[in-house]
Amino acid sequence: MEMPSPNPAILACKSRLVERLAKVLPADAVIEDEAETRAYECDALTAYKCPPLLAVLPRSTQEVSDVLRICHEEGVPVVPRGAGTSLAGGALPTADCVILGVARMNDVLETDYANRTIRVQTGRTNLSVSGAVEEEDFFYAPDPSSQLACAIAGNIAMNSGGAHCLKYGVTTNNLMGVTMVMMDGTVVEIGGAHLDAGGLDLLGVICGSEGQLGVVTEATLRILRKPEGARPVLIGYDSNEVAGACVSDIIKAGVLPVAIEFMDRPCIEACEAFAKAGYPMCEALLIIEVEGSEAEIDHQLRLITDIARSHNPVELREATDSDEAARIWLGRKSAFGAMGQINDYMCLDGTIPVTSLPHVLRRIGEMSKEFGLAVANVFHAGDGNMHPLILFDANKPGDLETCEAFGAEILKLCVEVGGCLTGEHGVGIEKRDLMLHQYRPADIEAQLRVKDVFDPKWLLNPAKVFPLSTTQSRRAPAMAAE
Amino acid sequence: MTPQSEAELADIIAAAKGPMSIRGGGTRGSSGEGDPLSVAGLSGVTLYEPGALTLVVQAGTPVEEVKKILAGENQRLAFEPMDHRGLLGTQGVPTMGGVFAANTSGPRRIQSGAARDFLLGVRFVDGRGDVLSNGGRVMKNVTGYDLVKLMAGAYGTLGVLSELSLKVLPMAEACGTVAVDVADLATAVAAMSVALGSPYDVTGAAYDPDAGTVFIRVEGFETSVAYRGEALLQALAKFGEARMTLGEGAALWEGIRDVAAFHDKPGDVWRISVKPSDAIVLAQTLGATALQFDWGGGLIWALMEEGTDLRARMNVPGHATLVRASAQTRGAIARFQPEPAPLAAISAGLRAQFDPRAILSPGLMG
Ligand SMILES: Cc1cc2nc3c(=O)[nH]c(=O)nc-3n(C[C@H](O)[C@H](O)[C@H](O)COP(=O)(O)OP(=O)(O)OC[C@H]3O[C@@H](n4cnc5c(N)ncnc54)[C@H](O)[C@@H]3O)c2cc1C
Ligand SMILES: Cc1cc2nc3c(=O)[nH]c(=O)nc-3n(C[C@H](O)[C@H](O)[C@H](O)COP(=O)(O)OP(=O)(O)OC[C@H]3O[C@@H](n4cnc5c(N)ncnc54)[C@H](O)[C@@H]3O)c2cc1C
Repeated sequence: MEMPSPNPAILACKSRLVERLAKVLPADAVIEDEAETRAYECDALTAYKCPPLLAVLPRSTQEVSDVLRICHEEGVPVVPRGAGTSLAGGALPTADCVILGVARMNDVLETDYANRTIRVQTGRTNLSVSGAVEEEDFFYAPDPSSQLACAIAGNIAMNSGGAHCLKYGVTTNNLMGVTMVMMDGTVVEIGGAHLDAGGLDLLGVICGSEGQLGVVTEATLRILRKPEGARPVLIGYDSNEVAGACVSDIIKAGVLPVAIEFMDRPCIEACEAFAKAGYPMCEALLIIEVEGSEAEIDHQLRLITDIARSHNPVELREATDSDEAARIWLGRKSAFGAMGQINDYMCLDGTIPVTSLPHVLRRIGEMSKEFGLAVANVFHAGDGNMHPLILFDANKPGDLETCEAFGAEILKLCVEVGGCLTGEHGVGIEKRDLMLHQYRPADIEAQLRVKDVFDPKWLLNPAKVFPLSTTQSRRAPAMAAE
Repeated sequence: MTPQSEAELADIIAAAKGPMSIRGGGTRGSSGEGDPLSVAGLSGVTLYEPGALTLVVQAGTPVEEVKKILAGENQRLAFEPMDHRGLLGTQGVPTMGGVFAANTSGPRRIQSGAARDFLLGVRFVDGRGDVLSNGGRVMKNVTGYDLVKLMAGAYGTLGVLSELSLKVLPMAEACGTVAVDVADLATAVAAMSVALGSPYDVTGAAYDPDAGTVFIRVEGFETSVAYRGEALLQALAKFGEARMTLGEGAALWEGIRDVAAFHDKPGDVWRISVKPSDAIVLAQTLGATALQFDWGGGLIWALMEEGTDLRARMNVPGHATLVRASAQTRGAIARFQPEPAPLAAISAGLRAQFDPRAILSPGLMG
């Protein structure tokens, strides 16, 4: 993955920059020592690393504004960072950038149960937002698997999803307002505890903009009352086609489960070996969860299992108590850990129309043979968001490159069948060079024009999301100005 | 002008010499000044996959036609778009493009989301005459910037929508309404807050001050609606006399959605979005002829004496849109809430990028 070469003029001005930043930040908030900047050299896409010029850890919106104003004046690129769990390289530094980490900004500013909102600083972790409202039986709905670690900042920047988004939506559907600092230091308030924008939906375009339009420091989030209960059912089939047809029939029948997770045989085998959840050995496994009171759950599960039975499952297991429910989820929740045990892996994130599921899984199987690398599939089947995990050996020369080439082919296939490159992880650097497979040059240009408005000097996370060739002329003036 | 294809639409915009007033069915009374440009010629369903909950339509397709097709598969537009004709006294056929261009959502917005939350992808023609696309037809998509949201609610000022991909949802098997007679607005807001903060998945929470009644809606499978309705009845009894009706709620909720209470009453109509609990203090200062409340109090419809600038009386955060007024009033009072300077600059910047010649309903939004 190519990154722009660092601007020597910026590297040369490091001491001046440190001096200026030290005037607006507490002493321990400016990190310049090379041993310490290493902590910020990558995110969860660990194949790519580069220590930044500096890292700063402000504690307030005002401090963020001061930092950005100075970097703007000095023409220094800034890469915002939450918890660094991006799988797309969204928080990967360049050697001439300042990493602006919001991890120290993790306060709850206001909880308002009467109006069902919470306002937090964005460095707060996803799970601890739900934690803050748990005592009143409320929760924050988007639940990425990384929720223990990832920050609301990154969730907003990536428009992250989770297992339960079939019912509750992704970040953008649960975000009501933000405080954002523009690259020149201007602080803007967008949205709030009221619904929908008065003018253009700026909040909508900021969510998912991967740290390229502004640094989000505070957020108003929608919180919801917890359902009375939830229960999963596990269904095994001996073919992907039949499992796919079952999902489609359930949706058509008017049942809307909160989650429909799909695992294929390689994934089932790996999870079983790792977590020993007692999964049946079959071609395709569905975990479907519904919510409500006991009686409502019984009713929905009856509808679902009736449909499932009509497709002749090899296994159908309803949870009768919370222990069994936990065991049904155990394997799925340890899928990534299980893969990590066997091998290095790359986790893809394309989305396909759910109707193309059998075709896409068949093609991935064929490609797996062509490239000589194994793949396991976990899948949010209700919304078509796939997570193929390609296994490779990082110590074997050439294996990473083969894996990346294979991954690119899978993502192109997703686009070909009417889907997209990324459903929830974001483009970052990982899928940057594939963007022209999904969008025509004019469609990319329209997006670049949006960044022109928010960040005319192209200093915020400039080397991400779009193929470098398409942004060259915009990034060049920033370089030349030095 | 009424182009019959996206290519023709693009040619017309590319060749335009002056401002154009974009309209679908012409029912929402919110097109800007200029040569009328109708999108009604771009009509029809391109793709419908009930098992994937997705629908792709041309922007000029009548809303009624879409509803009918969805009903055939027991599905619906969950965000419940309002029909403006009764309120504005307009005629014509509301189109899908108009629904999304105005981000029109009804009572269910509080539970299922706004129109913009159901829009998965768009094709549109910008002010340069370029055909652009963003998003797609799958439910989860974070590939590049979300211009889909930006186009929803832009009232055609950033581009003319030609094709829309949307998410649809199953129709509910049953509907139940709990009605509670309350003493005043504060009690109404408190009751709605309890209902919306309950685990009973409320899909509507409205208050009609003329009747003095709060309406709470639950939808879903029949047994489940009965169960949740009963639970809400218990929880709300302390706010006033409460009763439940099962089924037959459609007309009531359509009336709430379309603000039937104001249909043949004279005066300007304003639509205000605030934090629900702020409705209480706001209502006291508005000096409105009549008020209606939806979204738990967060959506306020205000009938005002002609020519009143309601915004001067807003004492809480939020925004107000002038929905119905005489041409004279519309000339004097901005239709949309003016934005603070930094946001206005961003919005103006975006308009300049997408419509550099300022020909798409210029001045409509600011
Ligand atoms: C094991 C594992 C499981 C995962 N599961 C899921 C999942 O289920 N669903 C899912 O959607 N994702 C998942 N992810 C991906 C990742 O956790 C999400 O993308 C998450 O939202 C990133 O949050 P972060 O705080 O770690 O952001 P970072 O990695 O620090 O940054 C991500 C992006 O956000 C930008 N950014 C950070 N802070 C700000 C700010 N204040 N203002 C503006 N931009 C900012 C960065 O520049 C970068 O582009 C998973 C990751 C891992 C490692
Ligand atoms: C009795 C009466 C009262 C009236 N009152 C008012 C009034 O109070 N205010 C007023 O302004 N006019 C009023 N009018 C005029 C009339 O309603 C409108 O000027 C005109 O009909 C607008 O229709 P429309 O396109 O907005 O409707 P719709 O087609 O419903 O469009 C709604 C909005 O979306 C935009 N739009 C529609 N389709 C697209 C698309 N494909 N892509 C992008 N954008 C799109 C439109 O520009 C408009 O902003 C009134 C007319 C009558 C007869």
